[in-house]
Amino acid sequence: MSVGTHETPPAGTEEYQPVFTGEMLERLQDVFSRYPTKQAALLPALWMVQQARGWISDRSMAEVAEVLGITPAYVKGVVTFYTMYHQHPVGRYFVQVCTTSPCNVCGAEAVARALLEATGAKELGATSPDGKWTVIEVECLGACGFATPLLVNDDFIESVTPDKVPELVRKYT
Amino acid sequence: MADDIVNLTIDGVAVSVPKGTLVIEAAKQAGVLVPHYCYHPGLPVAGVCRMCLVDIEKAPKLQIACATQVAEGMVVHTQSPQAKKGRMGVLELLLINHPLDCPICDQAGECELQDFTFQEGRPATRYSPDYPKRFNPVEDFGPDVLYVPNRCILCTRCVRFMEDVAKEPVLNVSERGDRAYIGIHPEARLDHPWAGNVVDLCPVGSLLSKDFLHKARAWELDKTASVCTGCSQGCNVTLDTRDDVVTRVRPRPNRDVNRYFICDHGRMNYRWLNRGDRIEAPLVRRGGELHATDWDEACERVATVLRGAGGTAVSLVSPRASTEALFLARELFAGLDWTGAFQVVMGEEAPLAGVPNLALRAERAPNGRGAELLGYSRDYAAALAAAERAAVVLVLDEPDVALKTAGVVIYAGTVLPERARDAVVVLPIANVAEEDGTFVNRDGRVQRYFQAKPAPGMARPAWWVLSELIAALGRADRLASAAQAFDRMAAAVEPFRGLAYAELGFGGKPTAAGALVPA
Amino acid sequence: MGYPHKPHPKETVVLSKHFGEADARSYKGWVKRGGYEMLKQALTMEPAKVIDVVKESGLRGRGGAGFPTGLKWSFMPKEKKKPHYLCVNADESEPGTFKDREIMRWTPHALLEGAAIAAHAIQAEVTYIYIRGEFTEPWTIMERALGEASAAGVFGGMKVHLHRGAGAYICGEETALMNSIEGKRGNPRIKPPFPAAAGVFGMPTTINNVETLAAVPHILKHGAAWYKGLSLASPKSTGTKLFSICGHVAKPGNYEVTMGFPLKDLLYDLAGGMRPGRTLKACIPGGSSVPILNREETESCLLDYEGVVEKGSMLGSGGVIVLDDTTDMVYQIMRLARFYAHESCAQCTQCREGTAWTTKILERILSGQGKTADLDLLLDLADNMTGKTICVLSDSCAAPVVSGIKKFRNEFEDYIAGRRKPVMVA
Repeated sequence: MSVGTHETPPAGTEEYQPVFTGEMLERLQDVFSRYPTKQAALLPALWMVQQARGWISDRSMAEVAEVLGITPAYVKGVVTFYTMYHQHPVGRYFVQVCTTSPCNVCGAEAVARALLEATGAKELGATSPDGKWTVIEVECLGACGFATPLLVNDDFIESVTPDKVPELVRKYT
Repeated sequence: MADDIVNLTIDGVAVSVPKGTLVIEAAKQAGVLVPHYCYHPGLPVAGVCRMCLVDIEKAPKLQIACATQVAEGMVVHTQSPQAKKGRMGVLELLLINHPLDCPICDQAGECELQDFTFQEGRPATRYSPDYPKRFNPVEDFGPDVLYVPNRCILCTRCVRFMEDVAKEPVLNVSERGDRAYIGIHPEARLDHPWAGNVVDLCPVGSLLSKDFLHKARAWELDKTASVCTGCSQGCNVTLDTRDDVVTRVRPRPNRDVNRYFICDHGRMNYRWLNRGDRIEAPLVRRGGELHATDWDEACERVATVLRGAGGTAVSLVSPRASTEALFLARELFAGLDWTGAFQVVMGEEAPLAGVPNLALRAERAPNGRGAELLGYSRDYAAALAAAERAAVVLVLDEPDVALKTAGVVIYAGTVLPERARDAVVVLPIANVAEEDGTFVNRDGRVQRYFQAKPAPGMARPAWWVLSELIAALGRADRLASAAQAFDRMAAAVEPFRGLAYAELGFGGKPTAAGALVPA
Repeated sequence: MGYPHKPHPKETVVLSKHFGEADARSYKGWVKRGGYEMLKQALTMEPAKVIDVVKESGLRGRGGAGFPTGLKWSFMPKEKKKPHYLCVNADESEPGTFKDREIMRWTPHALLEGAAIAAHAIQAEVTYIYIRGEFTEPWTIMERALGEASAAGVFGGMKVHLHRGAGAYICGEETALMNSIEGKRGNPRIKPPFPAAAGVFGMPTTINNVETLAAVPHILKHGAAWYKGLSLASPKSTGTKLFSICGHVAKPGNYEVTMGFPLKDLLYDLAGGMRPGRTLKACIPGGSSVPILNREETESCLLDYEGVVEKGSMLGSGGVIVLDDTTDMVYQIMRLARFYAHESCAQCTQCREGTAWTTKILERILSGQGKTADLDLLLDLADNMTGKTICVLSDSCAAPVVSGIKKFRNEFEDYIAGRRKPVMVA
């Protein structure tokens, strides 16, 4: 598995297209080979779904359950435990800003506000009207010495200050 | 062996328990119920509610009694100030988001949150009314289960039951922290044949039975030990009655039969016990019609028939009849060429995967094994054929009787099916909720059930009716109780020999017959 | 994205020697620096011998608990009846801590080598490196390094796999981490059974922190006596340790010093001291879960397991959060409580409900609606949340609250008495 980018799915396709066919299924088979149980492939499988679809729908959870031989309810319990799995579609660029204490004292909340302003997203968690940006505050990203760190999709960006935000946003759009 | 026994002291009481016993179980032996929520002896230990905190000497901090094994010389204090404070703290935290809607909660009166709060909770909360409480809407989980998340204490008994006992994990804990709730996938339903157990397992009013919803307050219910009539497993149950109406069936623990569980088929199979269309008086045929009469006349009428009878007699019996009645329905025809048979409704077998030898059995009758041990045949067709030429046919509470006979029909039953109207005498009998008696389950275990409500009108237990008939024939003394009937049978019928009704207790005893060997 | 500073003369550079050298990330570059020699040597040694060396070195777990590493390894069954597993804890999620990230970013092979030596010592055929989901860059680097090392055949018959977390602080707790690898919610497990008896997939398992394992090749190379000699204060704390320092300091970052190094020197010399014109107010020395130190305690604290305990806190993961005189302690303690409330796995009552309630009380105090009784309530609540749950997450929430009220009570009282302008809490 590699860290890729999130692709936003085309809007509401009625018929569910399975994720695990062809090459994706082969990749999953490779994941299976690393663990003594199929269930252990759940986190990797969910990452694969999210990379393919941008988020993890109930229908996708059911698909993962079927492929792994577990129940959809079980999968849902796991998905809702881990905050990085999206249970709803998000903007093309999903921004996670750390606002936990070490970054907080270095002005992380101002960075979050600047991001909302620069992206046009109305509030934290809401996607901008153009569908491009979703900004959320997250707890510690593990880069406290480089306040304020943030993730734009899978790009890890350090030492962001409010004045750097407009340029950063421009680079993506 | 001494090596396998551990000696410890709990609240000053010395107890000796097998090695590996959990402190919470050892405490029961010391007469101490350690308050708990997530622990349940029928489920894997979770250790999450932290309610059963106890003080164990030499331990650096409070321990949970449900996940701590006993050790030699251990000294446990459940009432130390630290232990009590620890538990009081848990209770306070369990209540901060709780709606405190006991007046409209089905669980009120049998709620462990109420009970333990009453026992050792804080007199008042410190949770400011300024703070909002967690709110989630009621969810429809399955055919008979509602989830009221606001009352949920996340003990996860339901999740563990479905995962580890039913082996069908359709419930989960969703989200984290104080946002957590019991979840289900939108495409899933809590419709496993044993799903109803989650309602019993829930220590609070969070998982509710739709069938029982708002039907009764817990304190209005009388509880009677009984045995489920849903199949041949013989699960031990409690019949909850209100004003002599059975309103609920719940499992009664029996390690050897059903552990702590019953299936939904058995749980829902109680309405027939409350049927209103019952026979309430003995009926005798006079001038081509059945007329109500008293027991004396009815018995005399049967005795007259039997005194004159020769040749063959046939008993067509319900496998829901008590062992005692089945025995006497045979004894009644002593000296005649007798054939007895029963028929069983068959259904789909539904095992509870996590418990060995526990299933809703295909054979949907509680006492087929008892009937067999008493010489009744499963060859119902042969018995019907024999009945055609028989002098006397006794039908014992078998509503589905396709009977053609040249002989005399005596019908003893709870209700009067159309086909039984040809009977010469109709004898009203009690149903399982209205009498004491025993069933023998498929494994050959004989188990008592107890009377939960009175029989309607003049209806009497079948053992009494048959005993009266035998006495009227002058063949044996009257019997005064099911116990006497059973003991007479134990003296006469080999597989029951050595058993005594009074010694069967609430859990039953195995007969010498052992398990059913399928033909 | 270079490494932000050159080693300070007071640093003892062992683990961080090659930080900042892009070339060290490649297998070739690592071998050029003497890499994988110690693994080769270890593979010729009896596993028990490797454990003895590590035991002798005094190495203790760098993830937070400080449990002696060699002793932990020795708990694994000697006679192998079932598969053994090694789990590498690269979930680094303790606020204030970012050292494992640097190890993986710059010296991925150091971790792989240390892990392989450990796997040999505990006779594990499979190693899972559990990397938190947010660490996208370390993941990519580790993935490449693992590919190269595997291709070079350095692991022999042992298998090493990466496993990506997905956003859960608690997965840094070792039993939660194992559940997460198994495809479950990251719920900590009750102990016993301990991992060495029944760990991941129910098999004997050892879980080690990244920094702990990265130190192992050095111990083999220079000997246990050398490592043991790296100790400035307590003989029970040996070796070097990476300290992550963040917050209100001039030069935040990772600094490697010998155990027993003065916190004061770390703060004022290595990290460049406070920002201009500011003074030290408080310091959380071991990641956000440990009690807060005031200025005096901070400036007299020695950085080893015993030294920090002496000051009433803990060394933890070595994440030093520095707070200057501009810091609103009440607000920051609320943020920490909110962090724990967000991360509580929801199993234990005290944690699930207590962390959220603590946060609400603190938020109300900040909004100017607090009551005097709130402080006693917070302390009593903290008592109910301490030492009563499966893991220490709820204790971690209580620690800054208790030490904060004890040491900065006036700031709380100012909000309650209306002497301080209320803060709008989002």
